[in-house]
Amino acid sequence: MTATLNLLKQPWVWAWVGALGVWGATAAFTGGQGAGEVLRAALTFGAFYVIVALGQMFVVTLGPGNVDLSIPACMTLAGTVAMKTMAGAAAMIPVGLLIALGIGLVVGTVNYALIRLLRIPPIIATLSSSFIYQSAAIWWNRGLRVKPPAALADFTTAKIAGVPVIALCVAVLAVAGHVLLTRTLYGRGVVAIGQNPRAAHLAGVGVERIRAATYILSATLAGLCGYLLAGFSGGAALNMGEEYLLSSIAVVVIGGTSVAGGFANVPGLWGAALFLFLLVTMLNTFGAGAGVRMVLTGLIIIGVIVAASGTRRRT
Amino acid sequence: MSAPVSPRVLRALLPPLSLAALLIAIFWLQPRTMSYFGLNLLLNLAVPIALATIAQMFILCVNELDLSIGAFVSLVACITATWLHDAPLLGVLALAGLVAAYAGLGALIHLRNLPSIVVTLGMSFVWLGLAVLVLPTPGGAAPDYIRSLMTLKPPIVPFPIIASVVLALAVHVLLMRSAWGTVLRGAGGNPQALARAGWSILRIKMTMFALAGFFGVLSGMALVGLTTSADANIALRYTLLSIAGVILGGGEFVGGRVSPIGAVIGAVTLALAGSFLSFLRLNPDWQIGAQGAILILVLALRVLISRGEVRR
Amino acid sequence: MADDATPVVRLDGVEKSFGAVHALTGVTLALAPGQCLGLVGHNGAGKSTLMNVLSGNLAPDAGRIEVGGTDLTRGYAPHVALAHGVRCVYQEGSLCPNLTVAENARISHKAISGPGWRRRARALIGGRLDEIFPGHGISSDDIVGDLSIARRQMVEIARAFAETDTPARVVILDEPTSSLDSVAAGKLLAHVRRHVEGGGACVLISHLLGEILDTADRIAVMRDGGVVALDAATAFDRGKLVAAMGSVAEAAPRETAQTAAIRDHAPVVVEASPPGPDSLALTAHRGEVVGLAGLSGQGQTELLVQIFDHRPGTVVDGEVAMVAGDRQSDGVFPLWSIAENIAIGSLRQFLSGPLLDHGRARAFAEEWRGRIGIRTPDIGNPILSLSGGNQQKALFARALGSTAAIIAMDDPMRGVDVGTKQEVYAMIRAETAKGRTFLWYTTEMDELVHCDHVYVFREGAIVADLARAEMTEERVLHASFREDA
Repeated sequence: MTATLNLLKQPWVWAWVGALGVWGATAAFTGGQGAGEVLRAALTFGAFYVIVALGQMFVVTLGPGNVDLSIPACMTLAGTVAMKTMAGAAAMIPVGLLIALGIGLVVGTVNYALIRLLRIPPIIATLSSSFIYQSAAIWWNRGLRVKPPAALADFTTAKIAGVPVIALCVAVLAVAGHVLLTRTLYGRGVVAIGQNPRAAHLAGVGVERIRAATYILSATLAGLCGYLLAGFSGGAALNMGEEYLLSSIAVVVIGGTSVAGGFANVPGLWGAALFLFLLVTMLNTFGAGAGVRMVLTGLIIIGVIVAASGTRRRT
Repeated sequence: MSAPVSPRVLRALLPPLSLAALLIAIFWLQPRTMSYFGLNLLLNLAVPIALATIAQMFILCVNELDLSIGAFVSLVACITATWLHDAPLLGVLALAGLVAAYAGLGALIHLRNLPSIVVTLGMSFVWLGLAVLVLPTPGGAAPDYIRSLMTLKPPIVPFPIIASVVLALAVHVLLMRSAWGTVLRGAGGNPQALARAGWSILRIKMTMFALAGFFGVLSGMALVGLTTSADANIALRYTLLSIAGVILGGGEFVGGRVSPIGAVIGAVTLALAGSFLSFLRLNPDWQIGAQGAILILVLALRVLISRGEVRR
Repeated sequence: MADDATPVVRLDGVEKSFGAVHALTGVTLALAPGQCLGLVGHNGAGKSTLMNVLSGNLAPDAGRIEVGGTDLTRGYAPHVALAHGVRCVYQEGSLCPNLTVAENARISHKAISGPGWRRRARALIGGRLDEIFPGHGISSDDIVGDLSIARRQMVEIARAFAETDTPARVVILDEPTSSLDSVAAGKLLAHVRRHVEGGGACVLISHLLGEILDTADRIAVMRDGGVVALDAATAFDRGKLVAAMGSVAEAAPRETAQTAAIRDHAPVVVEASPPGPDSLALTAHRGEVVGLAGLSGQGQTELLVQIFDHRPGTVVDGEVAMVAGDRQSDGVFPLWSIAENIAIGSLRQFLSGPLLDHGRARAFAEEWRGRIGIRTPDIGNPILSLSGGNQQKALFARALGSTAAIIAMDDPMRGVDVGTKQEVYAMIRAETAKGRTFLWYTTEMDELVHCDHVYVFREGAIVADLARAEMTEERVLHASFREDA
């Protein structure tokens, strides 16, 4: 009994309840037809959400004003450059991956340098720099759509026992993220800074080192996501990152991480990512038009947050 | 404060100075813009952006952030170009309802202690969806009186300049000079102190959100007056522009430190930055990038100036 | 006796609980016009709760509140309290930092509105400041966020005493002198006397018993949510108050001869100078307690942070741990438990490989709860469930539990009760014996006797260097105000 109550108090439960509910409603509507297929698609697309949301979660946890708005541009830049470099050659796959991760590393470093040296609020720093990354991607790409190496495309769509391989990989990544958050000096430092940066500094936490690492981590994960997404969708498109701006934030917050900072959790990311994807699928299944779909998506996101707010620790 | 010009003053001067520098650069690159019609053309679109920036400023003043203002302005534009044109009474009711909805959002955010970023993120989907429902394909028509107001040709000074100045001064008096506005700003600085002095934070939040909604409505109407037709995506970029405008104008994310005059100047600067870049004949690939670079540059200047600011 | 008049405020059997904690257990108190009531008690005794009930910020669970003979219990709220002339100066400050001094006056005086409000607000607050704190150096157009903490406190006090359409019938002052230097504190207490002699009433809450004994007409002692003693001030002395509050005996300071020996033989661990002009340097030897004295906000905190950060130009031999004085802004992690708040200072000790061992961290916090006497049923409770004094103990535990050889303390006893203070003094003594060095910024003169060596700060510089033997209250005060260059 108390175990159930404690479970209900966990901030990530609501995202999972929502995801299950939406999936159930879709399955009920179709009489169970295609429910497995929908779930597989949700696991694949959810995996991409989770990769970027993991980085965004650490950033958001740093406290008010900390949001990485450069994620979409970084994804696009990493995807384009990596695809063009690999030029479809299987042997270049590791090189492409290194390039994508390297671009993330550079983007994160630039973002942090702007925040630190120019003392610009992170939301503005990452917003302004994202314009530059986006331009760089346009300039590099020149409107070409280079196909990914076949092996990479196969990897992103492969399944083991019906479960997408990429979802399994990202599940492992999420576990690593959870350990990083809860069991390392870095993770404890992020949570401390999010609650009170000055107190964190005076308690001996290396505030600036941790902030730097966080922005670099976020951008590197965005680079990874751009690489995999380009491989999955047959090449990098200039607008490929677009929807990841809002959804990375939505996944983090629906997942139970505090937007005010200082409190985060990883399990909620997967629940929220599945919820978001399944929600759109459900509305599509119900035959809703684009307008109705958007209105309902918005209202449901707000509804989830209102429902969760009663159980969340107040700041 | 023995320094001849205190950092506070310098900091306040930064927004107008960057606007002036940008204007001079534009005049130098394209002397033809230095005329009544040139300025009119350059600054036309600054008016709706300035109105949206003022809307965002009210929200920032009470330590919240509105990520839905762009979608909201788009919805207003769609309603203005359809219902307000075809059935004025319905249109007016709908727009009044939107302002009330904003006040309601303020109440919801306050009462449930919700993060405004996420609530407004969700609302951006709602506004956009409603806009698609109201106007599925681009079109509609601006009501004549709005059209004629926005294309007014007053003598000597172009309309956009008059409109911006009037807007900045009106909001300045309302928020910065009046006793009422002082209470509203105080709620951004220390809400607990306001509550202890017997003020209702709920009412203050609702008032600020309603003001934001009101100026968002004005922004959408002004936009349609200029473009004569609307579509659901017409003003999506206003979300980021409005935030950047408030910050460029010297506003801060927390603590109720905002400046209406600065916000209008920030909005105008951003609106001009686009024209400036096209006059530079920059490789179009790099146009957006250069816009980001300008933003960074201005903010960097501000930081350099603030460095001297010391606590007494 | 003033007791014969109709009381301006009467509380009758007021009770208030927060969950299982009974903060007030049936408080009955009356306050007559022309009277200053002193309120003393340990942290957690219920003083702040009582004050919040009186000012309308908390609704009592039971009991009656009468103001000026009218029963106002039903619907009592901040605006009702204000309308009946009940004013409050809160310990943690209630000013809006983004507004000017005059604008802040407008916030709490609703009558100031309409055309010309700004002029009237300036006159109102400026006049009161001049009256209470002559030579305050505050302009009514200063932004409050730019003012020092002491000046903010002055503004807050002046605002509470200012009168528009409603008179200031009762002014409640919660630790009003905690961020003021002794001169400003003296001016305030003198004003309190003038106020009550003019027929007003005051409630003065303070940990400085001398202040209470000198200023109050009557004194109420609170313990465990109730009033345990209430009598004329003349009926009390320091000893009786301490006994009524239930405190422990004072620890004896270290012998003078012993302190000189440390200075002569122990190695230097800290050498630093504040950036102010013509400053002397601060030196601390191993095992010493070095006091940083002077008026509040003269650069003491900045020097501690400078040493904490090992900034270039400072010699610091060893790790430094900081005990914050401003708990809310510098010390506490509000979302964390008591255990997490203690352990954050020593995380490296709990690493096994790259990962943290939470069990060991918890055991460590549990051990410190016992050693420093944090009063809580469960170390896993949120830090904010503790009273201010116990939160401060958790911060001490964080610093003392770390491996740091040097402990920097930033006026950590602000608003801490006498009992806690005595426990901490004893602990500091014990730690110096183990070779730890303490840098202790304090605004309380009484605490300097616990220091082996005292540096007096003025305007960002060290202006006096006093060994224990030469240290007297007069010399510290003299150095704090010295006007030659």
